[in-house]
Formats: sequence, C-alpha cells, structure tokens
Amino acid sequence: MTSIIEVRRMFRRREAIALASFALLAVLTLGSSIITSFDWPSCLRSFPKAFSWLAANFIPNGKALANAPKILARLAETVLVSVMATVVAAALAFLMALLGSKTTRPHPVASGLVRLVASLCRNIPVVAWAMIFLLSFGQNVLTGLLALFIGTFGFLTRAFMETVDESAESSVEALWASGAPWAATVMQAVVPSVMPQVASWMLYMVETNIRDATLVGILTGTGIGFLFDLYYKSLNFSSAAFVVICIVAVVILIEAGSNALRRVIL
Amino acid sequence: MAILTIKSLTKYYKDLRALSEVSLKVKAGEFVTVIGRSGAGKSTLLRCVNRMIEPSSGLIEFDGIDMRSLGRRDLRKARTRIGMIFQHFNLVPRQTVIENVLHGRLGYKSTLQGSFGIYSDEEKSHAVDVLARLGLAEQMHKRCDQLSGGQKQRVGIARSLVQDPRLILCDEPIASLDPSSAKTIMDHLHRISRDMKITILMNLHQVDVAIKYSDRIIGIREGGIVFDDEPRRLKKKIVAEIYGSDADDILFEESPE
Ligand SMILES: Nc1ncnc2c1ncn2[C@@H]1O[C@H](COP(=O)(O)OP(=O)(O)OP(=O)(O)O)[C@@H](O)[C@H]1O
Ligand SMILES: [Mg+2]
Repeated sequence: MTSIIEVRRMFRRREAIALASFALLAVLTLGSSIITSFDWPSCLRSFPKAFSWLAANFIPNGKALANAPKILARLAETVLVSVMATVVAAALAFLMALLGSKTTRPHPVASGLVRLVASLCRNIPVVAWAMIFLLSFGQNVLTGLLALFIGTFGFLTRAFMETVDESAESSVEALWASGAPWAATVMQAVVPSVMPQVASWMLYMVETNIRDATLVGILTGTGIGFLFDLYYKSLNFSSAAFVVICIVAVVILIEAGSNALRRVIL
Repeated sequence: MAILTIKSLTKYYKDLRALSEVSLKVKAGEFVTVIGRSGAGKSTLLRCVNRMIEPSSGLIEFDGIDMRSLGRRDLRKARTRIGMIFQHFNLVPRQTVIENVLHGRLGYKSTLQGSFGIYSDEEKSHAVDVLARLGLAEQMHKRCDQLSGGQKQRVGIARSLVQDPRLILCDEPIASLDPSSAKTIMDHLHRISRDMKITILMNLHQVDVAIKYSDRIIGIREGGIVFDDEPRRLKKKIVAEIYGSDADDILFEESPE
C-alpha cells in the first residue's frame, strides 16, 4: 500500500514541477519583452511588409548574375577554408582524444589537461574566437581559419574521446592484457573501431563550418561573408540575395553529399 | 610445480575491501575454476593476476616472476605469456577473424611492426592452424561482427593461444552464450588445458559446469576463500555457504548429492 501512495506522491510532485516550469517560462518571456520594450503586435504586423519587400528586392537580376563568377570563387574559398580547418583540427583532435580518453590515456593528468583545453576551445563561440584573432592578426583569411580551427578542435576532441571510450574500450582492454604496446593497440584496435564515427563527425563539422565561415567572413572580411557584407552595405540587394541563395544551395548540397557518404561508411 | 602463487592478496576500492588476504597456488597445467556469488570478488582476483587491476597488497608470482615488482615494460613482457578471455569476447568487431587472432602477437612485436600489422609467415601459419583446430577455418576472412557468440568466443580463444601462453585467465567465458555454444567452448578450453598443458584459471557462475570440468574449485565469499579443493569434495552445505542466501536458486540446478 505504501508504495502506491509513494508512486502517487511522485507523480503529483512531477506535475507540480511541470506547472511551475511553465509558469516560470511565461513570466520570463513577458518580463524580458517588457524590459527590452519589445513590441509584439507591431513585430507581427511588420511580417507581411517584410516579405513583400523581400520579394521585390531580393530576386537576383541580370546585374547579380553577372557577379556569379566572383561569388562562386569566394564561395569556393569559404568551402575550402572550412574543409581545411576541419581536416587539420580533426587530426590534432584525434591525437588529443587518445591522450584524453579513459580508455587510451597514458596518465590521468594528461587526460585532465586535454579535457580542460578542449572545453575552453569549445565553449567560447567561434565568432568570439574570430574577434580575438581579429585583434592580433587583422582582417585576413588566417584569422577566420584559426577561429574555425579552434572551435572545431574543441568540439571534435570531445566527440572523439567519447567515440573512443564507446567503441574501443573492450578491445583495448584485451590487447593491454596480452601485453601489446600502446601505439600498436591504438593502430590495430582503436583506429579501425572508431573510423566510421570519426568520419561522420568530420562531415558534420564541415557542414557546420561552412555555415560558421559565412558569419566569420563578415567579421574578417574574407570569403563569401565579405561579399555579402559588401553588396548589402552598397545597397546592391539583388546581388546580396544571390549570395544568400548560393550559400543555401551549397549547404544543402554538402549536407546531401555527406549524408550519402555517411550511409556508405556506417 | 606451481605456475601461479598468490599470497595474502588484498584489494581495496577506496574503502570497499573486495579481496582480503587471499592465498592460493595453481599447478602448471591445472584447470581451476573460481565460483562465488555476484560481487564476491572473482573478477577482481583474476584481474589482479595480470595487474589489469592493481592489487593493494600481497604477493603474485607467475612463472617465477614477482608480478608486482615489474615496471611498465617488464609487465608487458610478462603479460604476453598470460592469455585472457572475456565474457563479451572483446574483439575488434570491424576486423576479420584472422586479423583479430593475430592481435595476440602484438605483445611480441616491435612498435613499428605492430602498428602496421606486419606479421611473419610463421605467425600467420600458426594463426591459421589454431583457427582450424577451433573449427573456424571457414570463417577466417569474415568480419567478426558477422559471427555468432560461440564463434566470437572461439576467436577470443584463438587470439590468446597465438600468444603461446602458459596461463589463460577466463572471466565468465560462457556467461553470454547459449547452452550448446557454452559446451563447445568449455570442451575446447578443457582440451587446451589437457593437451597443451596450459594452465586455466576461470570464473564461472554455473556450479555444475565447474564440477564437470575442473581439477580444482575455489569458492570465494565476500573477498575471502571459503573452499579450495577437488570438485567431488564440494558438498551441498559448502555451496550453500559460498552462495549465502542465493544458494536456493543454485541448488535447484543439478548439484552434488
Ligand atoms: N572499479 C571498481 N570500483 C569500485 N568498486 C568495484 C570496482 N570493481 C568492482 N568493485 C566492487 O568490488 C566487489 C567485487 O567485484 P567483482 O567484480 O570482483 O565481483 P565478481 O565476483 O566478479 O562479481 P560478478 O559475478 O557480478 O562478476 C564488488 O562489491 C564490486 O562492486
Ligand atoms: Mg565478474
């Protein structure tokens, strides 16, 4: 009997928590609207107007299409920078993950250090990294590349560590027990076990980095982001729109491609 | 002659004492099983032998070597002569049977050769022989994730055999197998100990299996040895003592007297 009562009490508590959370959310939304004097009705009313303006100005015209070669070249630059940042970061992240993962770490201290550095890199947003490097390197491709690299490195180190612990722990244990050296264990047991996951994470990061690279490019004055910024500020909206359309097309293309690749690998 | 001597082995996990003052001797070629209820310390005992778990105190002597005195490199060398077989097989699932078997040789190879998986012709033909003896000749080039549980465990056995071990530690080798695969595995291990004179130290949950295959049974309870003798001396009363309140479940199964 007591257990039934306990179960009921547990459910009542859970309902109370749900209700309280909802109330809190409502208060937060309302409160922040008031503080920022956010005007909901006029915001909603402005939607139709914004869309008709978009329809009128954001259709690429002949002038925009004439810019196509320039846009495509910048787009290629952005894609290449993203791929490069991902590949280099992945190589380093894999080494760090081997030092950091519970399964393969040579020493707990190394593991702690790796985790600290990785979480620092990961938790500072890429745009913030770009701003930091902007101060020291100025507006150039290196700045954007570095920012993407650092963010990717942080994220992948964490992802790879989890992958190693998940898919290689048991075979590593077996090879340790047989007296196999560290490097051989890594190459023979860890690498083949984690390869598909590692490739999948890298594809994911390439996608993410192309999106981030656009934003970072606005800051660093490079790549496709720079071109968008240029057209937008010179009120050449139809060319800016064309840039956006190209970005969307590339992102969709890359995502479709990497999904197809993923199906083959996994 | 004792191949393995354990004296006053004690293991603490923080404040929890998993093994207390365990002493035992295993003769070369002997088939010894360790029984005891869940949490009694069976796995801890087995893993202290090859120092996959670091003992807190006590002596472990394998083949005349004081295991606890060894540094990293010498420990690796000593481990090459100790095979280990796991409940969940612990293979690399995405690699083929023969690749997994050859992993048993990595402890003998230079880092460079091992890393790139360069094996000598002797090693390869030895691996092929061992696989044939375990009835896996057909499966040689299959990926391990395509094998049944019983076949995976045979790959595990093959991997430990190419190590040319003097002792094989088995941590519940049949716990995740169906009865017929379990029997195949136990028969293979029995043959290995009898024909190749390889010592076997095995944790088991099934008392009837332990009685059928062992030269000697060790019963542990709460980290201490409460029985150490031939299977025929294992009476109902002692099983009850080893398993405590779990004994009722055990004794319903086929048991002595
Ligand atoms: N890594 C660990 N950290 C802390 N406590 C542990 C650890 N490993 C085992 N223990 C504890 O030590 C005791 C003995 O564990 P052990 O795994 O040796 O038992 P076992 O006899 O093998 O049990 P089972 O039959 O369930 O495998 C248990 O109480 C367990 O909870
Ligand atoms: Mg166990």
